Amino acid sequence: MSENLREQLLLLPAYFQGHLLLTLAAITMGVLISVPLGVWAEQSVRVKRPLLAVVSIVQTFPSLAILALVVALLGGRIGFLPAFIALTLYSMLPIVRNTVTGLESVSASVVEAARGIGMSPHQILREVKLPLAMPVIVAGIRTAMVWTVGLATLSTLVGATSFGNYIFTGIQTRNLVAVTVGSLASAALAVGLDGLIAAIQWLLEKRNEAVDSARLRSIRRSVYTAIAVIICIVLYGLLPQPRADFIVAGKPFTEQYIMVGLLAAELEEAGFKVEQRLGLGSDVVFEAVSNGTVDLYVEYTGTIWSSYMNQQGNPGREAIRTGVIDYLERQGVVTLGFTGFQNRYALAMRRDRAEELGIASIEDLVPLAGGLSAGADLEFFGRSEWLRLRDLYNMDFSNKLTFDPSLMYTAVVEGQVDLISAYTTDGRVAAFDLVLLEDPRNALLAYDAMLLASDAAAANPAFVQAVDSIIDRISDVAMRQANRLVDVDGESVNAAIEYLRPRLRSN
Amino acid sequence: MIELRNVQKSYDGGATLAVADTSVVVERGEFLGLIGASGCGKTTTLKMINRLEEPSSGEILVNGRNVLGQNPELLRRNIGYVFQGIGLFPHRSVAENVAAVPHLLQWEPDKIQARCEQCMELVGLPFAEYGQRSPSQLSGGQQQRVGVARALAAKPEVVLMDEPFGALDPITRSELQEEFKGIQRSMDLTVVMVTHDMTEALLLADRIAVMREGVVLQIGTPYELLHNPQHDYVREIVAMPRQRAKRLEELMRDE
Ligand SMILES: Nc1ncnc2c1ncn2[C@@H]1O[C@H](COP(=O)(O)OP(=O)(O)OP(=O)(O)O)[C@@H](O)[C@H]1O
Ligand SMILES: [Mg+2]
Repeated sequence: MSENLREQLLLLPAYFQGHLLLTLAAITMGVLISVPLGVWAEQSVRVKRPLLAVVSIVQTFPSLAILALVVALLGGRIGFLPAFIALTLYSMLPIVRNTVTGLESVSASVVEAARGIGMSPHQILREVKLPLAMPVIVAGIRTAMVWTVGLATLSTLVGATSFGNYIFTGIQTRNLVAVTVGSLASAALAVGLDGLIAAIQWLLEKRNEAVDSARLRSIRRSVYTAIAVIICIVLYGLLPQPRADFIVAGKPFTEQYIMVGLLAAELEEAGFKVEQRLGLGSDVVFEAVSNGTVDLYVEYTGTIWSSYMNQQGNPGREAIRTGVIDYLERQGVVTLGFTGFQNRYALAMRRDRAEELGIASIEDLVPLAGGLSAGADLEFFGRSEWLRLRDLYNMDFSNKLTFDPSLMYTAVVEGQVDLISAYTTDGRVAAFDLVLLEDPRNALLAYDAMLLASDAAAANPAFVQAVDSIIDRISDVAMRQANRLVDVDGESVNAAIEYLRPRLRSN
Repeated sequence: MIELRNVQKSYDGGATLAVADTSVVVERGEFLGLIGASGCGKTTTLKMINRLEEPSSGEILVNGRNVLGQNPELLRRNIGYVFQGIGLFPHRSVAENVAAVPHLLQWEPDKIQARCEQCMELVGLPFAEYGQRSPSQLSGGQQQRVGVARALAAKPEVVLMDEPFGALDPITRSELQEEFKGIQRSMDLTVVMVTHDMTEALLLADRIAVMREGVVLQIGTPYELLHNPQHDYVREIVAMPRQRAKRLEELMRDE
């Protein structure tokens, strides 16, 4: 077994437990809410139309948007709760709809007979309509269950543990083993839970039949075992966990995975218990550090400047630093310091091509731009930085193409485009020997990486002391090399962390 | 005793008049046949007696008490009802179907069991063989008999029957008719039975009400209807069993 696979399988119990707990909680809550709603809707047309419309609309919302909205509504709270609420909302449509359909499909003559022999409306519902609608309702629950298991992978983005941890980390760090393990585990859980519900339903249908076949007995035994296992896992998950002293979080890309691991390693060395929240959405993690659900993460000055402070201009690196620190202070977020590297946009060219054209800075591009084609990631040409670049240098490229980041590098290497909007610490800049062009007119924003901490954590001197080792210790080159190890050389995130750690100590 | 006083029932806010100004008295222990063409208001009349429908005007008394003043569920548990659509509970066994009303009345389990066996025996479906089956495992006629057993299970004094023997073959049908007539006499049941079949009505009922388009044209004993029909329509519907009886007689004489 490969080292990588072994490393992934070690994570399986924790991810499995997180995923199972989340799914079961959401489905249970979904059933508790949706079945009564469905019963209510079936009894009144005035309820039915709007209710079905609302749950259908919820379903058409992109799942990520629902997650983000729930986090926002909870005041930036991350973790289990927002994921649970979002998944519960998502599970409702099939259950409500099937409850209504199931109840409506009960034969009118049977319902009339139930009334006619003197059953109360409540008895009719409980003893006649619900049992007869049950197969349809259970089918709805099974659909919801399969959806929920799949969607639960997204909850990683709001800081809840699930098989999504495998998938998102794997995609970003190009670890296909992780992606595969995560996807297979999620699919297996969906199939398993679906089969379990089917088996329970089958047993309930057969419970009145006197026949006790071997098949029946063996299915019953498997169902009991599965339920017992699930109960154990749930109970274990509900046990009070030893609380981490600090929670370190990061966004979903390689550099952030490395930095989270590095910060955690430093804190652990100082004797703290650390919990890592990997791959959170950008807004989510910022909210979380302001409200104290996360204690530490790495952010970039340019991101705060343009996305949170909504500043249009570029007053230069130092002014941005000062402005950002000021702003963060007002938000209740403490800036512990800068790491030393910048991950900003820079125009990059293949070295031979740059030399051939005699280009070292963007200034040199101006006379040639009309004949050059440029590639960028999906958002670059829509950002104020590109507009500023265009206006300050008064140039435009003949051809502008957008790419997924990894394809963008291939495009410039293979000469499909002349230059690209690279990220300065990207490992591929080093691997493909790209030249980063100077920007004498300061069109592109500075993106100094900085350590942001919650108020509470920053008030702890031992914590501040422990992460001090990182401040101003990581150069662009070192970070680029660490990223390269993962993104280009196929090493693990741990290898990149081990690469950086000695460099924190050497003079 | 059942009494309908100037009962009227309209649907669709008065657009359809299902039952028009009907007054009928069914004495205690009497067997009333209700006959008429499809859509003439027979089922509606029956349903109003146990409040499955409420009259638009007029009043209905069962054992001297206005049905509208009573809890509808308690009223219905004390009135046996055989439904036109049979309406067995498909998720319950035959025995559970028969025991449904005693169960609602919270009888002792032993008593329910005994009564259930007795009623199934009565309609010719031995408990041992049929009790644990599901209704879907019975023929249409067998299902109809379970419907009759269910109506009788709680020993009601009043039984309403909506075409209870429709799906039976002639032999089973006449056996069951005999059987039922016997039960009705011995238990002194007050029965209103809807039927399309004039012969059945003539043979079973003490009196017959002939309905047309929501109106009761004539009520009388079989003898009165046969010998003194007061309406062309009544004459018409008693003519058929008469002719048949004549024809049969001729056939037998020719032998
Ligand atoms: N819920 C209802 N809404 C509107 N009209 C109704 C309703 N129920 C019955 N009717 C109408 O009332 C009339 C009498 O119906 P009813 O069911 O009493 O007929 P019936 O004599 O039992 O006929 P059949 O022999 O076919 O069973 C019919 O014209 C029918 O269309
Ligand atoms: Mg009818």
